[in-house]
Amino acid sequence: MDGYDILTVLSLRDYNTRLVVLCTLLLGCACGMIGSFLLLRKRSLMGDTLSHATLPGVGIAFIISVLIGGDEKSLPLLLAGATITGLLGCFCVQFICHNSRIKDDAAMGIVLSVFFGAGVALLGIIQTMPEGSAAGLESFIYGKTASMVLQDFRLLALVTSFVIITSIVLFKEFRILCFDQGYAASQGWPVKRLDLILLFLVTLVTVAGLQAVGLILVIALLITPAAAARFWTDRLDQMLPLSGLVGALSGWLGASMSALAPRLPAGALIVLVAAGFFIFSLLFGSKRGLAVRSIRQYRLKRTVGRQHLLRALYEILEADTSSVESVTIRAVPFRQLRGRRTWSDANVRSYLKHSYQLGLIEAITKKDLILLTEAGLAAAVQVTRNHRLWELYLIEYADVAASRVDRDADTLEHVLGGKIVAELELKLQRLRMAGTALVPPSPHPIQPGD
Amino acid sequence: MNAAYESEEAKVVSSEPSVTDALSVRDLTVAYHRKPVIWDIDLTIPRGKLVAIIGPNGAGKSTLIKACLDLIARSSGEVKVFDSLYSKARKRVGYVPQRESVDWDFPVSALDVVAMGIYGELGWFRRVNKRARSLALQALDRVGLADYAERQISQLSGGQQQRTFLARALVQDADIYFMDEPFAAVDAATELAIVELLKDLQSRGKTCLVVHHDLATVTEYFDWSVLLNMRVVAQGPTETVFTQENLRKTYGAKLSLFSEAAEKLMLG
Repeated sequence: MDGYDILTVLSLRDYNTRLVVLCTLLLGCACGMIGSFLLLRKRSLMGDTLSHATLPGVGIAFIISVLIGGDEKSLPLLLAGATITGLLGCFCVQFICHNSRIKDDAAMGIVLSVFFGAGVALLGIIQTMPEGSAAGLESFIYGKTASMVLQDFRLLALVTSFVIITSIVLFKEFRILCFDQGYAASQGWPVKRLDLILLFLVTLVTVAGLQAVGLILVIALLITPAAAARFWTDRLDQMLPLSGLVGALSGWLGASMSALAPRLPAGALIVLVAAGFFIFSLLFGSKRGLAVRSIRQYRLKRTVGRQHLLRALYEILEADTSSVESVTIRAVPFRQLRGRRTWSDANVRSYLKHSYQLGLIEAITKKDLILLTEAGLAAAVQVTRNHRLWELYLIEYADVAASRVDRDADTLEHVLGGKIVAELELKLQRLRMAGTALVPPSPHPIQPGD
Repeated sequence: MNAAYESEEAKVVSSEPSVTDALSVRDLTVAYHRKPVIWDIDLTIPRGKLVAIIGPNGAGKSTLIKACLDLIARSSGEVKVFDSLYSKARKRVGYVPQRESVDWDFPVSALDVVAMGIYGELGWFRRVNKRARSLALQALDRVGLADYAERQISQLSGGQQQRTFLARALVQDADIYFMDEPFAAVDAATELAIVELLKDLQSRGKTCLVVHHDLATVTEYFDWSVLLNMRVVAQGPTETVFTQENLRKTYGAKLSLFSEAAEKLMLG
């Protein structure tokens, strides 16, 4: 294999590869889109039950075609069989859930394994039949694109396109079904029928995906792209195309890689590519990826630390001056900060560094004297004022004891926006605590530092 | 669902003189797994009332509402909304489910949720259009959430989520509203907003049935009460039925003999 081979495959120049890749691309797109609804309907495992339940159908269809003496490898016939037993499996689950107290996860477990077991047994029987060879049927279990012929592609392209179009046309209906089934029903939407349509579409892509990815792995292609897309968006109208795109890319890349290394089955590669997208999204997704979340948490923690530092500085200065209005000195010895809170020197230094970068304090002199800038003092006044307003609010309206209020205010004061502060000022006006003072006095004694 | 046909029906019904009751329930029994949850309920709710449905946990309050809305199967009984079957009067009914009944992590905005109130009117296949969006925005504004329209719903506070649900019901402009614990675990501001909304709805002749838990506010908020504990203990104007005696009957005795006998009957 060299660069030329790779280019030939990826650019779809080879006719056969082109068919396989286009087919898996469409399949991935369809799976990704309908899978979004399946995921949000919290029916992921239903897809798994469905795909496992297709196997006996494949076996039965094969035996029938042998008995009537037709073409035993006719794909439409095999897929029809798969559809029938797949749906039958789903209805068995529903039947068990409705007519007994067995929960749906147990019911699915039972149905899934029984149907799959029956399918494996049927394949065993087929092996012993003298007519026709069962070779190729295993491709339904693990997926093997190489065994497809032109008519197969036409059928698969038709089916997957149908699913893609239907999931766009029924977007609104599926959205209300998945979000609030009870409300949908109260509005007269036929919830049961919509569920059936969803199930039918899932069946179609599952059956279409049997040859390409195999019945064990098709569930991954249904769920993984949707789960990956969810990390990037909070809107279903964006999640749907995104999930379709991830599915399509997985199909395209996986099938291409399989064409380059024919010993590696396409199904496994497609699923692995999809898993790659999922892991990348989990880590770096812009809405709920781990990286974004930890950056957000780190920033909040740093802001909180900086605000604590500023308030501590202000309170030290305040204690040194007779009147709050005349806090004009702006130098605080570093050692005075110790014992103000339970923070380590390293913590304090990192907050100081951050404050320095923001221009809130001057560079620390050799004597370890911290000097607030003009802006720093203003920020310290602001922070302390918010804290005290919030404390007074808690004492007045939430019946929090004055001795405890410091702690309670500590956590929430950092998220107070301008709107809330304005409201606090309004509410507390009648307390006349604000008076003319810029910063109200603390409602509780402030713990001295070292 | 045939939207066009149904709205025709609704128009015919609403043009009738308003002498009929808003809701009448006859001999309604509902059972889960053969255990009766509500038993032989008879209810008559006049138009334009704010109705509190009260009773202890497990008394069947939500079940009653769901059975009225055809959301769960009845063992027996008949429900009529404005003197017609629910399936015929659907356009005139607004429903506010319990907040816990949905997954608030769902990828939709507050506006998307409220717009669901118009889906029925839009009918099959039609997209949410500009008009629907502006109606939804108006409804959000009425509950004081216009600034939060584009927020993903998990970023709303509990009270804001509850108000989103109310806005979704309001956008429909129904004549009777069924609300399942709208006051559950909401902040003071939301409680006030809901009460004002209820009074506003009443002033426009709407009827509201509200599952309510806070006995302290029943007389203040509601002019009609239904005391429920598997069966109806009392119903009528709040000032006459909201008595110590009735409350004791509703919350006190467990009715254990009654439910045991009823269960036997259902199993038999």
